[in-house]
Amino acid sequence: MLLEIKNLHAGIDGKEILKGLNLQINKGEVHAIMGPNGSGKSTLAKVLAGHPSYEITQGEVVYEGKDLLELEPDERARSGIFLAFQYPVEVPGVSNSQFLRLAYNEKMKHRGEEELDPLEFNDYMREKAKVVEMDKSFFNRSVNVGFSGGEKKRNEILQMAVLAPTLAVLDETDSGLDIDALRIVAEGVNKLRSADNAIILVTHYQRLLNYIEPDFVHVLANGKIVKEGGKELALELEEKGYDWVKSANAK
Amino acid sequence: MQTGKETIYNAEFRRRFENSNQPDWLKNLREKAFAYFTENNFPAVQSEEWKYTNVAPVAKENFQVADAANYTEAEIAPFVFDESKRSVLVFTNGNYNENLSNLEALGAAKILSFAEAATDENYAPIFQARLGSLVDSEKNGFTALNTAFIGEGVFFLVPKNVKIDAPVQFLFVTEDGKVSFPRILIVAEEFAEATFVETYVRSEETRYLTNTVVEVSISGEAKIKHYRVQRESHQAFHISTTAAEIHRGSVYDTTAITLGARLSRHDVGLTFNSEGGEAFVDGLYFLGGAQHHDTHSVIRHNVPNCTSHQTYKGILNDQSRGVFNGKVFVAVGASGTDGYQSNKNLLLSNEARVDTKPQLEIFNDDVKCSHGATVGQLEEEELFYLLSRGLNETLARNLLTYGFAEEIVDKISIESIKKQLDEAVLNRLNANLEA
Repeated sequence: MLLEIKNLHAGIDGKEILKGLNLQINKGEVHAIMGPNGSGKSTLAKVLAGHPSYEITQGEVVYEGKDLLELEPDERARSGIFLAFQYPVEVPGVSNSQFLRLAYNEKMKHRGEEELDPLEFNDYMREKAKVVEMDKSFFNRSVNVGFSGGEKKRNEILQMAVLAPTLAVLDETDSGLDIDALRIVAEGVNKLRSADNAIILVTHYQRLLNYIEPDFVHVLANGKIVKEGGKELALELEEKGYDWVKSANAK
Repeated sequence: MQTGKETIYNAEFRRRFENSNQPDWLKNLREKAFAYFTENNFPAVQSEEWKYTNVAPVAKENFQVADAANYTEAEIAPFVFDESKRSVLVFTNGNYNENLSNLEALGAAKILSFAEAATDENYAPIFQARLGSLVDSEKNGFTALNTAFIGEGVFFLVPKNVKIDAPVQFLFVTEDGKVSFPRILIVAEEFAEATFVETYVRSEETRYLTNTVVEVSISGEAKIKHYRVQRESHQAFHISTTAAEIHRGSVYDTTAITLGARLSRHDVGLTFNSEGGEAFVDGLYFLGGAQHHDTHSVIRHNVPNCTSHQTYKGILNDQSRGVFNGKVFVAVGASGTDGYQSNKNLLLSNEARVDTKPQLEIFNDDVKCSHGATVGQLEEEELFYLLSRGLNETLARNLLTYGFAEEIVDKISIESIKKQLDEAVLNRLNANLEA
C-alpha cells in the first residue's frame, strides 16, 4: 500500500476539521475526494503536504511504510509527495526554470541520482512542458507572477511533470479554469498517470472527472468520509447534490 | 556637535584655495559653501533630516584631503564592466584620473575636466550656470564641504540628438585614511540618450570617507539611465547626493544599489520642471553586520502631467540598520501627476531594524498618487510553497530573499552588472543557487 490514513483528526487554530478520516491508496490508482465547502477536502491536501498551520491531534498517516507525519514538508516532497496548490503562490524575482531546477536537483540528490546542469535541465523541462502545452517563454518568467488563473494551474502540472511524484495531491486544480484550460490540464494529468504513481483529486465539482476518470470516489462531509464508490458515485452526487450526502450522514 | 570650531578642513581649505588660480565665481561658490560648513559643521541627529543617522563617527575621524592617487591599471581593471572598457572615467581620491580612464567609445560626447570646463570658451558659460544649480551647497555640511573642496571633477555633456551606446562608467576609488569629494555634472541636451553607472568600489577593508555630489540636467525628450552601485569597504563612510532636473517629455531611469560602507547615506532629489517628464527611481540596500544605510528621496512635481515611480527595497541581516525617507511633493497646479512610491523591507535577523517613512504632500486634486511601506519577514505561504517542492528550508529562504533583491537588480539593463550583483547577493546569503 502506498498511503494509509487511519482515524485522522486535524485542525487549524484549535478548530477540528478532520474528524476521523480513513483512506487507503495503492499505486496506479486515482482517487477523487469530493465534498461540499468546509468539509475538510483542502485541509486533507494541506495536511498531507505538511502545511505548518495545521495541527494533527489524533490518528496516523503511513506513506511507503513510513510515518509521514514525522517528516518535514520538504522531506515529504523529496520522498515523492506533491501538492498542486489551489492558489499557486507567486514568487517574484525567481524564474520558473531556476526554481524547478533547484527542486528537481534536490530530489535527485536525495535519491542519489545525477543532477542536471542548467542546459541539460532546460532540455528536460522543455520536454515536460509539452505535457501542458506550455510555451518556453514561461521558463524565464518569475514563478506565477503575472500568470492568469489558467496559466498558474498549468504551471502546477508542469511542476508535477518535472518532479514526477509518487503521490500527487491536486487541490481543486479545476477551479477557475475555462473549458479549454481544463482540458489541457486534465490531459496533462492523464499523461502523467501511471502504474507507478497515485493521484488524489480534490474537487468540488464532478466536471473534472469527465476528463480524468477516477478509480474511486470518496465523499467527505464534516471531516469524515461518508460515502465511497466508483466513478458513478460522482455522477450520482452531481445529480442529487451535496445535501443528499449531508442528510445521509445525519441519519 | 561642535559649531564654528576649527577643524582639519580649515587649514586645508586655506592652503589649497586661498591663492589658487580659479575663476571668481568658483572661488565665491567655494567660500560661501565653506562658510556654511564652518558655521554648521556636519548635521546632527537633532535635525529632522538626520534623525536616524548619526554622523558623529565621521566627524571624529581625521581623514586627509588628498589629490589623485597612483593606482595601476591592473588594480583598476577588475572593477571595470565589460561593456564599459572603452567608456570608463576613473576617479582616484575623488579626482578625475585621465591616465586610468578610457574614452574611446565616447567620441560623440563632450567630456571636460573642471579645470578645462572653467576656461573653455564654448563651455565655460554653461558650466558656470549649471554647477551647483541642482544641489544646494547649503543643503547640509556634506554638500557644503564637497562644494568647498571641488577638485578635478568631470563635466559630461551629451549633445543634442546624440545617442551614446556604451554605458558610461564612473569609477571611484579612495585610499585608506583619505576623504574624497567626487563631483560630476551631467548635461543631456535635447533628444540625447545615454546610460551612466557610478561605481564606488572597495580597496580592501580600509577606512575613508567618500562625499560625492552628482548633478544631472536633462533637457526635453532626452532619455537618461543612471545607475549607482555602492560597494565601498565595510569600514568606510559614504555620503552622496544626487539631483536631477527633468524637462519636457524626457525620461530619467535611476537605480541605486547599496551593498558597502559601514555608514552610508544617499540623498536623491528629482525635480520636474516642465510637462510630460517621467522618472523611475529605484533602489536596493542589502546590509549585514553593523552596516547602516539611509536613503532620503525628494521628488518634486512642480508642473502638470509628469509621472514618477519609486520602488526601494531593503534586506537587512545581523544588527544592520536601514532608513528610508521618501517625499513626493505635488505643487499647486501640477494636475495630472502620477506618483507611486513603495518601500519594502525584509528583516533576516531579530536584531536588524528599519525606519521607513514615505510621505506624500499634495496640493492639487487632480492627481493619482499612492505610497506604501512594509517591514517584515519572508511570507510563510511562499516559504511553504518552496518547501512543498522539496527545497530545504535554508535553500528556500535564500531563494526567496534572492528573488526579493532580484526585482530591483533586474531593472538594470547591463548584463555584467546584473551578473556581478547576482553574485554579490548570493555571496551575502552565503548561498549557492546553482546546486
